[in-house]
Amino acid sequence: MEDFWAGVLWALRIWLYLIISLIMIPAMFGFSLGISETYMTILVKTLEWATLSIQKANAEEEKVNASASNGLIQREGGSMEKELEELRRSRPKPPEGGDFTLSDCFYFSRRGIESIVDDEVTQRFTSEELVSWNLLTRTNNDFQYISLKLTLVYGLGIFVRYCILAPLRITLACIGLTWLVIGTSAVGFLPNSRVKFWLSEWVHVMCYRICARGLSATIHYHNRENKPKKGGICVANHTSPIDIVILCNDGCYAMVGQVHGGLMGILQRAMVRSCPHVWFERSEMKDRHLVTKRLKDHVNDKTKLPILIFPEGTCINNTSVMMFKKGSFEIGATIYPVAIKYDPKFGDAFWNSSKYSMVSYLLRMMTSWALVCNVWYLPAMHQQEGEDAVHFANRVKSAIAHQGGLIDLQWDGGLKRAKVKDTFKEQQQKKYSSMVVGDDSSGNSD
Amino acid sequence: MFLISVSAAHLLRLYERFQFLDKDNRGHLRPEDFEAVLELSENPIGDRIVEAFFKPGQETVDFPSFVRVLAHFRPTEKNRNRDKGQPDPANSRTRKLKFAFRLYDRDRDGKISRAELLQVLREMLGMQVTEEQLQSIAERAIQEADLDKDGAISFDEFRKVGPLELGSAFILLTVRHLNDEVSSLSYWRSG
Repeated sequence: MEDFWAGVLWALRIWLYLIISLIMIPAMFGFSLGISETYMTILVKTLEWATLSIQKANAEEEKVNASASNGLIQREGGSMEKELEELRRSRPKPPEGGDFTLSDCFYFSRRGIESIVDDEVTQRFTSEELVSWNLLTRTNNDFQYISLKLTLVYGLGIFVRYCILAPLRITLACIGLTWLVIGTSAVGFLPNSRVKFWLSEWVHVMCYRICARGLSATIHYHNRENKPKKGGICVANHTSPIDIVILCNDGCYAMVGQVHGGLMGILQRAMVRSCPHVWFERSEMKDRHLVTKRLKDHVNDKTKLPILIFPEGTCINNTSVMMFKKGSFEIGATIYPVAIKYDPKFGDAFWNSSKYSMVSYLLRMMTSWALVCNVWYLPAMHQQEGEDAVHFANRVKSAIAHQGGLIDLQWDGGLKRAKVKDTFKEQQQKKYSSMVVGDDSSGNSD
Repeated sequence: MFLISVSAAHLLRLYERFQFLDKDNRGHLRPEDFEAVLELSENPIGDRIVEAFFKPGQETVDFPSFVRVLAHFRPTEKNRNRDKGQPDPANSRTRKLKFAFRLYDRDRDGKISRAELLQVLREMLGMQVTEEQLQSIAERAIQEADLDKDGAISFDEFRKVGPLELGSAFILLTVRHLNDEVSSLSYWRSG
């Protein structure tokens, strides 16, 4: 019995030493031993083979499945004008005067039925569907037995992910977070100086690198010359809390957020010791002026790190960008937009907060194949003369959506919990009335 | 009673959608459940469209009825075998027009009265036109369509002034499997 436990302890020590030397040390110093790359190559080859097998099997049957979009229907995408024109043109008798026809309502009714079947907003809060299955149980929509080999690979995948990769990743994540708390607290004891500043940055980046390895994250950074500088605000689209790890792997940012209790609270307090972040009490968050003032103060102090903000306010599933809240755009600082796009083939990064708690979400992340994402740094943007905050926010949002290949939506992500305003309906009515009545006063008005 | 040919996969997706709207898990939908569809509140005649799902006097709609209404929006088969004994399938031209007719004819008396037409126009145009403009538009529309001069538009009159080609306004295209995209192995290597 004793030997057994001694053996287990010995194995654990070997395990730890291996982790430290092969993963942690390279992470701390920012170089790579090529282990992840090898893993990714093997993974890609396996998934390609799986896709081919599934395709060969499906080729015999004529299947009509849902495609990469989340939708059940394909929207025409035609504008109101075009479609109404089409309806009017094919009439048996041309209209005598005025531009209203009884068939005009067909357009609205179809749009309405389209939204009932599948609306643009709700589908953004569920995970993106894949074109081809990636051998994960969770993305399996209609699994059919294809071949013994495929099932074996699938089973092997489960074993590898849950028994080998997951413990490894959990260990790394724990080490990373512990080191973050210890490291930042230690640096906090030093007096304010350049050395402290440099050390604090180094500790932060190092710990985030370890966490990134803990998720098997492969991140490609593009356009690094546009990286956010001090005194600015970095703005990005939000998919999950992991966005922070992704961005902080390549630079140091000041975080903004509510003070939490528990583990998060410990992290927050530790981080703020080594360099200033902006943490708000719950009561302070309601006071918009206070919030703006504190952010402004932080931004105006040129020695402080750029602030990282996610203006959507909620997690979206990485196929689109929803309305940006204007608060951060009213401060008058330089905005550095960043677009983050995850590759869903290797693991779904979206956090569906109504479905999963934070812990189960992280566990799901750690049992995916990997996390592959692209980060684009966009050139800095400033609020122009006479431009209001909402317009500026929309401009930044379009730039991010365009770069990341995401759909630019006007809807407010917070709407998944609240009601819609009447202004959208008015817009539709305005558009339609300009077609019917037009801006001609020479119409037949009695 | 109605011929609905929706594929099994689509039916499953529609059922998931039905369940999504049925937040309290009652097995049927009520008019309030449609408020979960945010885009519908942008639609000027959103309320009428929701009404179209409910039979007169009924306050709930179950899944088969839900699908029956949506079946109107499948593409019309061009060369359908017109059996005298068989009822029209949901996606025939006549049924589609009937669906649209009912959007106007709220009280289901078989005619679109002047008042009903004014109501729809007011909904579609909102506050963007004056009362006089509204009246003149309605007047013109009735004059054009009302062949028997009884001051209202019956279904047959509606059919005659309706478009010959219902075109894309009455079709929801369902999405197909993008087989071509996946066949290239670059799917896994790209991006």
